[in-house]
Amino acid sequence: MNSVEDILKKPLEGKRITSSEAVELYRRADFLELGKAAQAFREVKRPGKKVSFIIDRNINYTNVCLVRCKFCAFSRSVGHPEGYTLSVSEVLRKVEEAVSFGATQIMLQGGINPEIKLSYFEQLFSEIKSRFSQITLHSLTAPEIAYLSKVSGLSLRETLLRLRKAGLDSLPGGGAEVLVDEVRKEVSPKKISSAEWLKVHEEAHRLGMVSTATMVIGHIESFEDRIAHLEKIRSLQDRTKGFISFIPWIFHAGKTELKKGKTSYFDYLKTVAISRLFLDNFDNIQGSWLTVGKEIGQLSLFFGANDLGSIMLEENVVRSTGYQPPDMEVGEMINLIRKAGFLPYQRDTNFKVLKEF
Amino acid sequence: MKIEEIREKVESGGRISESEALYLFNYPDILALGEIARGVKEKKFGKKVFFNRNLHLNLTNVCISNCRFCSYQKKLGEEGSYALSLQEALDLVSQAEKEGITEVHIVNGLHPKLPFDYYLEVVAAIKEKHPHLIIKAFTAVEVDHFSRFSNLSHRKVLEKIWEAGVRFLPGGGAEIFSPRVRTLLGINKIPGDKWIEIHQLAHQMGFKTNATLLYGHFEKAEEIIEHLKFLRAAQDKTGGFVSFIPLKFQPGRTELKKNLSTCVEDLRIFALSRIFLDNFSHIKAYWVTTGLKVAQMALHFGADDVDGTIKKEVIMHAAGSPEKEGLTVEEVVTLIAEAGLEPVERNTFYQPLKNYAA
Repeated sequence: MNSVEDILKKPLEGKRITSSEAVELYRRADFLELGKAAQAFREVKRPGKKVSFIIDRNINYTNVCLVRCKFCAFSRSVGHPEGYTLSVSEVLRKVEEAVSFGATQIMLQGGINPEIKLSYFEQLFSEIKSRFSQITLHSLTAPEIAYLSKVSGLSLRETLLRLRKAGLDSLPGGGAEVLVDEVRKEVSPKKISSAEWLKVHEEAHRLGMVSTATMVIGHIESFEDRIAHLEKIRSLQDRTKGFISFIPWIFHAGKTELKKGKTSYFDYLKTVAISRLFLDNFDNIQGSWLTVGKEIGQLSLFFGANDLGSIMLEENVVRSTGYQPPDMEVGEMINLIRKAGFLPYQRDTNFKVLKEF
Repeated sequence: MKIEEIREKVESGGRISESEALYLFNYPDILALGEIARGVKEKKFGKKVFFNRNLHLNLTNVCISNCRFCSYQKKLGEEGSYALSLQEALDLVSQAEKEGITEVHIVNGLHPKLPFDYYLEVVAAIKEKHPHLIIKAFTAVEVDHFSRFSNLSHRKVLEKIWEAGVRFLPGGGAEIFSPRVRTLLGINKIPGDKWIEIHQLAHQMGFKTNATLLYGHFEKAEEIIEHLKFLRAAQDKTGGFVSFIPLKFQPGRTELKKNLSTCVEDLRIFALSRIFLDNFSHIKAYWVTTGLKVAQMALHFGADDVDGTIKKEVIMHAAGSPEKEGLTVEEVVTLIAEAGLEPVERNTFYQPLKNYAA
């Protein structure tokens, strides 16, 4: 085994960090040393001091869900009085509001609701696109796509083609949690397997659609589980090059059934840094100010992140745990980035520069 | 000038100049800054991080100073104004004492009517009832106020405070020494040279004291460095400063919301003060003003102390601090342990009481 110092140098020398080396970094690397190495590698991947953000709206079209993961406080079972499903016109009104606030991306994500069919999305997406052609539909996570495929009797490829035809542009990385089946059995036993999650993204990439990948830390997973997750997405990325960004975030136990959780802001920043170093085939790493707050979000820029994600005009899922994310405005986002010594820009879903500040 | 040269200088025990301080302050990579500062801290204390169990006791919020940035002050007779009776103060202390505090931290508004003797009685009564509690009381600004109010010299006021049982003065009221910024902030307090003079006098009489800096409003980097320079020079002469505490400005209801510092800037201040103030033992991350997240991070940027459990902080909370009014010992210990460091409970004089890592 290489020393920590040697492992940290590998990405800069064009060499890959192995899984056991990455676990070693979690166990033995110094907090600041990790940050410095990740920052240096980020300079190679994304030269210049540019840091991006996007304006979008997260619309949760339904909270009714068959899957009911233990870490989720947002979902309701089928038939529950608090269950809801938004009508096409309600969603359209939310999209219109978002567009008027300058959003360029819409994330439609919801529970696995047996009453919602493929046709709902086909109608919804084509209505959105016919009215707001400029908006990017970065919508439906892998579990939702997999379920639509199953109930409509169509292949994943066919399902994605139908959705794309209706206006779907790209897929968000939610539902990945930790891509280790033993962990999933514990925290989300009814959710699709790791292999299925990866398969949906692979199919999307093969059709030329891009997607993001996420990882949720701080529940029951071990360092080894986290690295197994990173290894799986790195290996898929080698084959498809379809992931545009990686987004690690932390779990808030709050009102969830899991009720336990173990992480810290040091653990989070180390995870950002290790992800940056390990995922040498990813261009972008996002710091999740929404789940860790503005302070740690800003600091993530020194631990390998080059994107601060979204100024969300609406967010319900994280809030439902009882955790109150901070409010964020464009001016404040720009200030956070600038005061850290970086150059802020607003991006679209594909990291194209929309506006520099 | 290169960061490596400064690092070598600091590691070999050399003192950095003002221009080197400015270079560090503007150095883009805060992690490099953090490494140097943490190195200095580790040389002194290894992995130890200190905290104490304390009560913040504010006998009155009535204040004639009328500083523009303060949200805590009230005018005499104004709604919400208060002054604790001797008994009320004693009850608060007794209750906190049962919960295990070792220190009572007393700072107050400059009340136009309360006599100096009232404050001395409170201190003496606490000392009499709880002889083992250490009382850290009265800022230099209050010392000056008592002196005017009672027509006594600073020395005489300090002698009476000593007789009442105080051995340690808190570091508040320094704000920022730059006259330009003091005018902008609307600070109606004794100027910087007076503040330093009172602390030096206290040191000569045997008191220990702390020092503070209020940052994150109108100040320039040069003005922060100038503030630190005055403190370093004063410490060279009298040596009685124990902790330096950067206080992040809270805008509260004041209109000064535009220039608030962010996490990265806060960490810069911690690192720079640790590196520059080579004659100060302790750099304190006062979590009430920085927030718990920044206080935690500061432990890798030169800070070695997180203040305390602070039962009932009110001044920064009046100014809108979103943090809790106090922490449990478990919470403080976790905060430090999560940073991979050793929590050590201390008393006011930094004598270790319990190492929680052991």
